[in-house]
Amino acid sequence: MSDREPGVDLQEPTEPERVIREDAPGSNVAIAGLRLAASLIIPVVGFFVLYWAFDFLRDQEANRVLLVIVALVVGVFGIFGLYLAMDRVVNRLPENVQEAVRPYVFVGPALVLLAVFLVYPALRTIWISFLDASGEEWVGLENYGFVFTDEEMVRSIRNTIGWIIIVPAVSVSIGLLFAWLVDKLRRGEAFAKSMIFLPMAISFVGASIVWRFVYSFRPEGFGEQIGLLNGIWTGLGFEPVSWLLSEPWNNLLLMIIMVWLQTGFAMVILSAAIKAVPDDILEAARIDGATETQVFWRVVFPSIMSSIVVVTTTMVITVMKVFDIVFVMTTGQFGTEVIAERMIRWFFRFGHDGRGAAVAVVLFLAIIPIMLINVRRFRAEEAIR
Amino acid sequence: MTTSVADPQATEVPPEQQKGLAARLWDRWPVKLAVAVIIIIWLIPTLGLLISSFRQPDAVKTDGWWTVLANPFDFGQWTFSNYDNVLSSQGFGNAFLNSLAVTIPATIIPITIAAFAAYAFSWMEFKGRQIMFVVVVGLLVVPLQMALIPLLRLYSSGASIFGVTVFPDLDLNGTYMAVWLAHAGFGLPLAVYLLRNYIGSLPSSIIESAKIDGATHFEIFTRLIVPLSVPALASFAIFQFLWVWNDLLVALVFLGGTPDVRVVTQALQELNGSRGQDWHLLTAGAFVTMVLPLTVFFALQRFFVRGLTAGSVKG
Repeated sequence: MSDREPGVDLQEPTEPERVIREDAPGSNVAIAGLRLAASLIIPVVGFFVLYWAFDFLRDQEANRVLLVIVALVVGVFGIFGLYLAMDRVVNRLPENVQEAVRPYVFVGPALVLLAVFLVYPALRTIWISFLDASGEEWVGLENYGFVFTDEEMVRSIRNTIGWIIIVPAVSVSIGLLFAWLVDKLRRGEAFAKSMIFLPMAISFVGASIVWRFVYSFRPEGFGEQIGLLNGIWTGLGFEPVSWLLSEPWNNLLLMIIMVWLQTGFAMVILSAAIKAVPDDILEAARIDGATETQVFWRVVFPSIMSSIVVVTTTMVITVMKVFDIVFVMTTGQFGTEVIAERMIRWFFRFGHDGRGAAVAVVLFLAIIPIMLINVRRFRAEEAIR
Repeated sequence: MTTSVADPQATEVPPEQQKGLAARLWDRWPVKLAVAVIIIIWLIPTLGLLISSFRQPDAVKTDGWWTVLANPFDFGQWTFSNYDNVLSSQGFGNAFLNSLAVTIPATIIPITIAAFAAYAFSWMEFKGRQIMFVVVVGLLVVPLQMALIPLLRLYSSGASIFGVTVFPDLDLNGTYMAVWLAHAGFGLPLAVYLLRNYIGSLPSSIIESAKIDGATHFEIFTRLIVPLSVPALASFAIFQFLWVWNDLLVALVFLGGTPDVRVVTQALQELNGSRGQDWHLLTAGAFVTMVLPLTVFFALQRFFVRGLTAGSVKG
């Protein structure tokens, strides 16, 4: 009966009463110092262990198999061993200090890693977005002005909005239809679902190659068409088409790749939601003479609405950050620019960090409201439980 | 009420099973047909890739891959030479090993760090516990694109505050380590969040009784929490593994393009750029990049689905 998201099985409600308060001797400077040290030692030592391991490996370029093995050993045992060693060190401390310091050995490394690899860089990116190409002169909002006026940038924003609307809409529709149909099968349901879900395992780059092959084109007189789409198209008696160059339809063809990749995700979550709709409600509707179409639109669809919202918002975020597909298929030419791809281009091809950073910040600001929808829905569900 | 409603359906089943095979196949044919059509549409692109990768190079160039469906048992048309070529001359063999060297530590490091943190957030009491957790989860909204350029600078020239070096200049760009740590950092918020939800929901009684028996936090973590959390750990591990394996952006930025360190996604992207019309190579190369994720997919489907669905919000 409950509205629980099948996909988020891992998220069980937490019990509030479990923590035992250990008497922490408050604001002692020495303890604060120990806590800081405890937090820092694992990442710092870990870093140098990894660095040493890497350095060792750099000398032995030839033996890649050995390298993989050492990487594995360092990854598995190195990091864990560090926690073990730090715990031993804490055990040597005076008893009243131990329990005040120990949590920081456990939590500290995560916080340090996040500070270095997310918080600091994100703040720095915001700062860089106000600087010029070389990152030295303060230019105020000039880069943001560029983002919203440059012809290619405006086109990339327009295209990204197209992606955000079309990809989730098509993926969710097909996923929902398939989940509803497959629910009626007596056998082979798991198999059918895994066939649709399979592309989720494939990288964006791999998928791009798969589809570039489907779309491939040869001008007439240069041999037979080897791309499936042109094969069908010429088979129907039309002239072969250079699909990826034909604006603005090439944008749709790139979106199809994303739909192909993401529909499985929508289908799996919506299928689980459909199964959670109680059978007696469905039976009651059928007995009252509802057709299957009516059952779907009047009973099933409203009861899985919250899952549809989650799938859609999640997909919108994924789509906003799409980069690889455009990068591989058209390198952003022929009117197919998207925001995330522009960002990389300004960073690395045109060497203008300020503009790249401004695009990144715009992307970040666009993601926040969608994330908030997800978080609010999640908290509402937590409250129901 | 409901039982009496369900009954007629239950009695309907046996006669249906007595029906002949043909009749059963015919049953609900519109649904079956629709499902079959969607599956075929979904599989055809990959099928074309797979078939082409085993065809003779010349044949791939002269006619469409679907022409082989007419006589699939003409074994003269099949070959492994495309795979030989991409694995050795095109460097995909090397790239495959590089991908392993990047992916395995980049999966295990964040999981270990996140599991310890998740345990502390769930079962240890300390100052600022709630606020720290909220901050960690809040970082989920930061897309990794926000971090690329400053990290690149950090790696190449270190960082200092008021003249004090806080991050030494280690010249990490183009090393595996740069990628391990970047992926570990980017994966942490989600890992901490998911594992905290799971570990926090374990029954408090077992942890209390272990404490009464004199177990330390470290012992509770290794002997109780980790074994009990295997489903959550496995789901996240698979998600992170696939994420890192399939990633192009982070590898492109931090590894650079030198053939000795590049990973499979980079190798494929470069092949696409340099030999974009050599479909016999592109198809084989693409399949090399897919073979491991697809194996994981078929072998560990249950964990895979959970991991991907739970992890799809990642930045």
